[in-house]
Amino acid sequence: MTIDIKENVFASVPDADGRFGDYGGKFVAETLMFALAELESVYRKLSVDPDFQQELDQDLAHYVGRPSPLYEAKRWSRSIGGARIFLKREDLNHTGAHKVNNTVGQALLAKHMGKPRVIAETGAGQHGVATATIAARLGLKCQVFMGEEDVRRQALNVYRMKLLGADVVPVTSGSRTLKDAMNEAMRDWVTNVDDTFYIIGTVAGPHPYPLLVRDFQCVIGREARRQAQEQTGRLPDALVACVGGGSNAIGLFHPFLQDEAVAMYGVEAGGHGIASNQHAAPLTAGTPGVLHGNRTYLMQDADGQIMHTHSVSAGLDYPGVGPEHAWLKDIGRVNYVVATDDEALRAFHTLTRVEGIMPALESAHALAYAEKLAARMSPEQVIVVNLSGRGDKDIHTVAQIDGIQF
Amino acid sequence: MSRIAGRFEQLARQGRKALIPYVVAGDPGLDVTVPLMHRMVENGADIIELGVPFSDPMSEGPVLQLGHERALANGTSLRGVLELVSEFRKRDADTPVLLMGYANPVVHMGYAAFADAAAAAGVDALLTVDIPPEEVAPVNAELQRVGMDNIFLVAPTTPTQRIQRITGAASGFIYYVSLKGVTGAGHLDVADVARHLELIRGHSSLPVAVGFGIKDAESARAVASVADGVVVGSALVNAMAQAIEGGGDHEAAMAAAIALLVEIRRGIDNAAS
Ligand SMILES: Cc1ncc(COP(=O)(O)O)c(C=O)c1O
Repeated sequence: MTIDIKENVFASVPDADGRFGDYGGKFVAETLMFALAELESVYRKLSVDPDFQQELDQDLAHYVGRPSPLYEAKRWSRSIGGARIFLKREDLNHTGAHKVNNTVGQALLAKHMGKPRVIAETGAGQHGVATATIAARLGLKCQVFMGEEDVRRQALNVYRMKLLGADVVPVTSGSRTLKDAMNEAMRDWVTNVDDTFYIIGTVAGPHPYPLLVRDFQCVIGREARRQAQEQTGRLPDALVACVGGGSNAIGLFHPFLQDEAVAMYGVEAGGHGIASNQHAAPLTAGTPGVLHGNRTYLMQDADGQIMHTHSVSAGLDYPGVGPEHAWLKDIGRVNYVVATDDEALRAFHTLTRVEGIMPALESAHALAYAEKLAARMSPEQVIVVNLSGRGDKDIHTVAQIDGIQF
Repeated sequence: MSRIAGRFEQLARQGRKALIPYVVAGDPGLDVTVPLMHRMVENGADIIELGVPFSDPMSEGPVLQLGHERALANGTSLRGVLELVSEFRKRDADTPVLLMGYANPVVHMGYAAFADAAAAAGVDALLTVDIPPEEVAPVNAELQRVGMDNIFLVAPTTPTQRIQRITGAASGFIYYVSLKGVTGAGHLDVADVARHLELIRGHSSLPVAVGFGIKDAESARAVASVADGVVVGSALVNAMAQAIEGGGDHEAAMAAAIALLVEIRRGIDNAAS
């Protein structure tokens, strides 16, 4: 299916019910419907309130450190011998990933709603760290739910959250990864809905989360658009970003969706390869269903049970994806592709050695695909890759794979 | 009249309140569910609520999460649950059976295919925790086509205007969630429940059953004094799990569940009299 992207359909989604075409919506227990309605009405008011926007912009500038640079990776581009590759340096944000753009925004909402406690789910720990950070700054109580498996592989971030004063709750149900952390956060929210704000870390969950997280992350694409024009005199030919829940990708893509000439690639976690069934690529190999409050593509079995996923990167290890991506896939506006664990690990090492930039393993999936894409393009063409986070948190994982013990 | 409506009418005539036990289909074993259903009916159950296990049971507390995990490990699927109901119907044509679960298995089967198969199996109603009225139109159309009831939750946080919207889409009975929290939580406030039931009854003539947080004869008695029905889930599932953990077999697990059910029935009947 294709659509005429000249009529601005992209600004018209989600609709009032939170739908992106057939996707999205509000599939949650009745106890939470009231809280979602309250959040939606507060957000609608604040999103057009100049004082709120100014407060947010100040925080992004002076606390997060925005704008993040758009950096031309010349040596890496030359070594590939194709398009010019620019990196949107979200790794340079305070706390080291794009996640903080969203937590700063949602924490301001929590403050305006008078909620003294915030909760979050986390996979790689980046969203948990970003939430704990902003909670420390605003003096909010903070509890972070994290799958036991991720607590193990992201031990550094767990300690970081504890230093920031957050309480990290290891989740032992199901597959003990991000989806189970999200289940547990939902359970906590249902129980403590009166005094608790749930800071969801990606463009998933029930409406209005996919909308407001997108809005908070769009600063990435707005800056990249301006920076690309300043540095190259035109818009990029292609955008590449990794897709876990899809927040860094939508943040980069959304401000370019109407620009027909800009191609977009969302890179899912190919794990051990699609054929192995051990991956986390619902858009590539999944089917539509309902999980965590929205209708979207899911990795599920013949009975509609959610499957265990695998990725070397905890932040991509999720069986669903934000509903807007499901819609963008169906209308053909964005291409969704995969990079395997091995490809991502190779890209991790390459960027570190060639540019002196150590990427998060999540971001390394985008780099791996960008390398293939650049090789097929010409030196006059421009690719912008979202370098969604820095790799410090993954050093332990990489060392283990390389057989090194500390 | 649906089997559920008929059952509530019959109970009202007798001045009794409905006891609605919830167990997860396939827990603790696939061979337990049908005999357990019959024994629950023999021991005072008026409507049976069968949990359809799901990999991500977001509204369940720890006890029912484990129940869902055990049931899935035993190979229970949605189609498998429908087969269990068919089997139950061979010997019981009267007791209403309600399926409670999450959206995705039903969505995956397809609403129309589910409605056909469930009606053919003898299922009377569906309660999907994560399909609120906003999302229910397509599934309701199919349930109505085959004459099945759709049961909705009303929560302590449901605003008054919403109650009307929910009761407008509901049939069979209304399920009031007695507390903010997950299943099996323990902070039931009966006076608060009574206030909410009054609100609901101001909008609907459907019977109202109360669940989440009822765990023994005393809490069942207290709730039955204000509600038309009492749902008991975690306590039964826990009784079976404890029996098995203590070295008991499936028979011992059933006996433990039935012993608790009998006590709860007595509590409910004390409230009515
Ligand atoms: C650095 C980084 N990139 C990407 C992701 C994936 O999330 P999303 O797809 O929402 O951007 C994560 C999640 O933890 C992350 O930490």
